[in-house]
Amino acid sequence: MQDEILKMRGINKSFPGVRALQNVDFTLFEGEIHALMGENGAGKSTLIKVLTGVYAKEGGEIRLRGLDKPVTIKSPQEAQKLGISTVYQEITLCPNLTVAENMFIGRAEEVIVNWKKRIDKTNAILASLGISAKATQQLSSCSIAVQQMVAIARAVDMECKVLILDEPTSSLDDQEVAKLFSLMRDLKNRGVGIIFVTHFLEQVYEVCDKITVLRNGELIGEYLIKDLPRVALVSKMLGKELGDLSALQNETACDISRQKDIVVEVKGLSGDSGIRPFDFKTCKGEVTGFAGLLGSGRSECVRAIFGADHVTGGEIKIKGKPVHITSPLKAMKNGIGYLSEDRKSDGIIGDLSVRENMILALQVMRGFFKPFSKAQAYAFADEYIKLLGIKTASADTPISSLSGGNQQKVILARWLLTHPDYLILDEPTRGIDIGTKVDIQKLVLKLADEGMSITFISSEIEEMLRTCSRLIVMRDLNIVGELKGEDMTQDRIMHTIAGGATNHGDS
Amino acid sequence: MATHDKTINHDRSRSIILSIVKHNIFIPCAFLTMLLLVNIFINPGFLKISMGADSNGHPVLIGNLINILSNATELVILAIGMTLVTASSKGQDISVGATLAISGGVVMRVLCGNETQPDSLHAPIIVALILGCLAGMACGAFNGILVSRFKIQPMIATLILFTAGRSIASMAMGGLKPKAVSSFGYYGNFIPGFPIPTPILITIGIVIVTMLTLKLTNLGLYTRAVGVNAKASSLNGLNPTMIKFLTFVVLGFCVGIAGFVQSSRVQTVNPYTIVPGIEMDVILAVALGGNSLGGGKFNMTGSIIGAYTIQTLTSMLMTLNVNTNAVPVFKAAIIVVLVVIQSSVVKAFFNKKMGELKSRKNSGKGNDTYVVVE
Repeated sequence: MQDEILKMRGINKSFPGVRALQNVDFTLFEGEIHALMGENGAGKSTLIKVLTGVYAKEGGEIRLRGLDKPVTIKSPQEAQKLGISTVYQEITLCPNLTVAENMFIGRAEEVIVNWKKRIDKTNAILASLGISAKATQQLSSCSIAVQQMVAIARAVDMECKVLILDEPTSSLDDQEVAKLFSLMRDLKNRGVGIIFVTHFLEQVYEVCDKITVLRNGELIGEYLIKDLPRVALVSKMLGKELGDLSALQNETACDISRQKDIVVEVKGLSGDSGIRPFDFKTCKGEVTGFAGLLGSGRSECVRAIFGADHVTGGEIKIKGKPVHITSPLKAMKNGIGYLSEDRKSDGIIGDLSVRENMILALQVMRGFFKPFSKAQAYAFADEYIKLLGIKTASADTPISSLSGGNQQKVILARWLLTHPDYLILDEPTRGIDIGTKVDIQKLVLKLADEGMSITFISSEIEEMLRTCSRLIVMRDLNIVGELKGEDMTQDRIMHTIAGGATNHGDS
Repeated sequence: MATHDKTINHDRSRSIILSIVKHNIFIPCAFLTMLLLVNIFINPGFLKISMGADSNGHPVLIGNLINILSNATELVILAIGMTLVTASSKGQDISVGATLAISGGVVMRVLCGNETQPDSLHAPIIVALILGCLAGMACGAFNGILVSRFKIQPMIATLILFTAGRSIASMAMGGLKPKAVSSFGYYGNFIPGFPIPTPILITIGIVIVTMLTLKLTNLGLYTRAVGVNAKASSLNGLNPTMIKFLTFVVLGFCVGIAGFVQSSRVQTVNPYTIVPGIEMDVILAVALGGNSLGGGKFNMTGSIIGAYTIQTLTSMLMTLNVNTNAVPVFKAAIIVVLVVIQSSVVKAFFNKKMGELKSRKNSGKGNDTYVVVE
């Protein structure tokens, strides 16, 4: 057995109202590629930020090989000095500098700089790692993949023992990913321990040795890759055991297989967010769901339908009539509403009041020169505050001072006010309390019953089973399956999400 | 029983006072009042308004207040536009002085043609006004495109016209410094026989139009929504690029009106010396009005009061016979105080003190105050 180079024990960290990490252990060995897995909010990035000194831990200890005492890491600079380097999804180097300058930036080792020496050294490192870049080249002239590799080379040159790769592959194509993986294997052979964070399951099984799974800030377990089939991994990430799920399904199965007139029909739609061309249709009063792990393309699909991302091809028909949706406003005018995934950055308008947040979409549809009278706006706000049970001091309270669940209800009210034929709810229940979650699920069923078509996206499969009558399953920006009726069970969904070796973890 | 009622009354009156103190135009109003009080202290006759006669013997109102109200016109009009630009683009237009020279120059050129001292106006004044406004709006559109479409920081984008504007104005005037006949002066001074200075009337008109626009259109809501969260706004069907652009065009229109009034004051325009440094006064007016220069929510009334505050300060320093060269120093010193008092740090400090006082009163003992860190 090789040496442990990093040992984190009993790490605790909380934010106001959230326990982000509870008693989490993590161990990294020399020459190991270790995947850190978990859905959004599982605590992956918090753990990494504790390790790199961005956040201060509130409990537990971190030990590094070669040091007798536990270390307290106060800043990313300190982490670097201790041999912990991080390469993020977004390149954090300076694109306007050359490769060599980037390699040595912020590392004042000598007073007088010998650029000749630095350039030679840079070229030597690049060559030894098989990176196709020149030391004198401007960084921005390299591809994203090469830029990322330069960042890795920089970490290697700083004699890092622990290399953290945070979603490094999300903007790379297949060839570039292959190159990155061969570099990772090379580093592994040199004894570097790599922590690999990604949402792509395939990649985990391709390159990693071990997997640590986190969920809701807790450690679920550490597994050797060969001991954890994909389906088991997915079930651990989502927190659902295989097998004992049929009980849940029974009461929640909802029958909305009525095939009435088709409200929305999408053919071969693709967008610049990377989503592959997809087909989709939904009928009046139907609740559909897009299932898949984060980054699988479920949001990208609905964003393309709503015109939120630039659409590059395909066509949309609303009630049989072809429409050309190029902007959210056009989608709204065609009776589509979209409650966006990231409430904080894409949903609420923080400083504005509950009332203004609520009427915004309807107001925009109504037009610039036709503002609602104050009385009318208050009437709308009061109606929906009552209808959805929104807890707010008044309609004039800034939305940012409401709790997450109540903010979400306000945004929901915003879209209900526009009376859409087709309402897309992207993670409407994320980060909100259980009571509100149930409220929203009930509301979805009620609206569907009244004839609204709804797409409901959630990371919680159970929730989708409860509300949806048909599930579209996505993986790696492709639709990989469609489940309805009898087939809609957690087991089937997880198998479809995991894909690949489907029969592997059945027994 | 009686004491009980008394406390309730006391509480109610205190809550009314609190709501007044917490109202977002309280601080700007308090500043202005303070400055006026200082002025009255220095010059007991400060508030006096009397009937006098202008050079042609027509009866006119004279007095310090009238002068301040009249002279603040350009500042108020520009502050209105600047407030919108600040809210939507999270930055300021520093070219308003230079573009004001351009629109003033266009007005003079239209009125005087190629003559330096024409006997009559070459064009109806309304035509000059419209063309002046169009020139201002063209400048605003130029800035607006750079900021909204090309996503250049407002200060950098407007630095271009800040640098070139006054020369462009000179070129627009054909290199001449014409003087128009005195009838053009009605708009910057008095209409014969009417005792109130015309600029005050123009200000009132513009303020009413602004308030009506904010009430009858969604300009306010859209501007604030885009300023607070452009991404979320665009998912609600708004076009942040268009709205930012529009606010710059509106400011350009304000520049046009202000340029017209300014050039009418002396019926001539010297593009290199007209309204020196007004851009900073305008931005200060917006800041004094309690607006965050980081954009988002805005307070139009506050900006207007802020503009009058600046004008009062300027004229106070002039009545005190402060050396012209030293005026900026005094102005700066007073503004530092005003801005620091409104800063979030000081506000937080006072809130903390208020909270401490309250908790001490409520519990009778010195309770610990919890300070939430992050």
